[in-house]
Amino acid sequence: MMTRILATAGTEFRIALRNRWVAIAVVLMALFSLVLSAAGSAPTGDLGVDRLSVTVASLTSLAVYLVPLVALLMSFDAIAGEVERGTLPLLLTYPVGRVEILLGKLLAHLAVLTLAVAVGYGLAALAAFWADGDALSGLPALLRLTWTSILLGATFLGAGYALSSLARRPSGAAGLAMGLWLGAVVLYDLGLLAAVVADNGGWFTTSVFPFALLANPADAFRLFNLAASEATAAAAGVAGAANSIPLWQSAASVLLWPLLALALATAAFRKVSP
Amino acid sequence: MTSTLTISNLTKTFDSFTALDAVSLSVAPGARVALLGHNGAGKSTMMKIILGLIPYDSGEVTVCGAQPGSAQARAQVAYLPENAAFHPALTGLEQIGHYLSLRGENPRLAMELLERVGLHGAARRRIGTYSKGMRQRVGLAQALIGKPRLLVLDEPTSGLDPVSRRDFYALLDGLAAEGASILLSSHALTEVEARTDRILILSGGRMVASGSLADLRQGAALPVALHVTARNGYASDIAAALPGAIRVDGELRLTCAQEDKLPLLARITGFGDKVADIEVLPPSLEDIYSHFSRRDGQ
Repeated sequence: MMTRILATAGTEFRIALRNRWVAIAVVLMALFSLVLSAAGSAPTGDLGVDRLSVTVASLTSLAVYLVPLVALLMSFDAIAGEVERGTLPLLLTYPVGRVEILLGKLLAHLAVLTLAVAVGYGLAALAAFWADGDALSGLPALLRLTWTSILLGATFLGAGYALSSLARRPSGAAGLAMGLWLGAVVLYDLGLLAAVVADNGGWFTTSVFPFALLANPADAFRLFNLAASEATAAAAGVAGAANSIPLWQSAASVLLWPLLALALATAAFRKVSP
Repeated sequence: MTSTLTISNLTKTFDSFTALDAVSLSVAPGARVALLGHNGAGKSTMMKIILGLIPYDSGEVTVCGAQPGSAQARAQVAYLPENAAFHPALTGLEQIGHYLSLRGENPRLAMELLERVGLHGAARRRIGTYSKGMRQRVGLAQALIGKPRLLVLDEPTSGLDPVSRRDFYALLDGLAAEGASILLSSHALTEVEARTDRILILSGGRMVASGSLADLRQGAALPVALHVTARNGYASDIAAALPGAIRVDGELRLTCAQEDKLPLLARITGFGDKVADIEVLPPSLEDIYSHFSRRDGQ
């Protein structure tokens, strides 16, 4: 089983390399991280935290948008592309399970994402070290951001595979993927915000809102990183909410979502008949 | 010896359309079986069921002693799809190496396989740059991986030139001699004539003929055509002696049933010097094929 997963992962990584996905993801993450650290380098002195922690807080806000986007861009074609090229029937006659195919693709795409995240965050960290000698104390926050970013990526990769299986056509899958990104990452928060404002501290804000945040992998990711980080004060927005939800809950959401997404992807892929 | 593939009373319907209607067949080890039929006759549907790609409604299918599509069956069955497609960004070598790994074989064997199908020169080029015939060879190379017991080949020679086609059938002969069963589909009877042990003809989802070419010829009982060329001046004499003959360009054309052929020939040779030449035309393969294909539906 392992050889088949690794063989699939190796081939998929090679394809990602040839399709320039590796270059695109790395350059995208590097560029945004650098812009962010340049923009955030102005007034931070009076916050009483080190430079890297501040960078991590801004990187969290960046990653919440960019990591799901990159993950969906890489994954929407995974199954629909095979169907369109006509390579799926032959692949499915091989003694390889559908879960193994998905895991192989996931491993390859996750490697690309890890590379992009490592380069992007690494550059931002170097910039922080260069500007502030005490930045080393923010290193745990950066590591936490890195592994949660990878898990967030895994969640959206899995979601992308599920959509790719459901759509069966790359164009349809791309539309669904962008819809998911817009819905889960952008509109979800806006909707919650509107509801909280309308509710004015009532039942919704106290009972539903925390669960609504935990139910969304992107929000859970942001909550976890901000709550765990000492730089909570440096970030606005959900900071208040972050304090009211125990850390283990957001951590559980961050850890469970990738598994749930993979299960969804597997279920959807099993329904694809070549 | 037990059959590699056994199908009994296989029926498959898509919505209200019956793609396969109570089809039965069995393929012995080392047998080369050709599956013929017009477009939509059910050839590809049957192949996909054998491969376990799509479910079937009723009947029984046993592939290498297992359920179609089970891990045990998939490990022993190779497939060459019609219009074999691969990822254009990979080279032939990488693609075959990948398939070798999926079958638990050493990916280093890829070059050897590509040599067997005459593609070693282009092995390191991307498949995106290959012609249709070259992609078909990649498809054939992957079907050879790991000594499969059953090869299911969907129109394997489409896109191949006559020389490649001959090489291809030579390769199949070698595999069959080693005990592999081969089920291949084709549109043309002429092509599979000398290359297969048995011919199955599907029409409208029903198996309308099964057997060797001689069996089919006999079963069809199509008339034999005779073309008689008379010596100058004797054409009218002979025409008078052979009722039913039609004159076309100085030639006399007549047809008779298979069993009447020899008596008729004896009569014609009895005309002696009046006859310059006789041509005997048995029913062509295309005639036999259309005879079976048309029997249902049309």
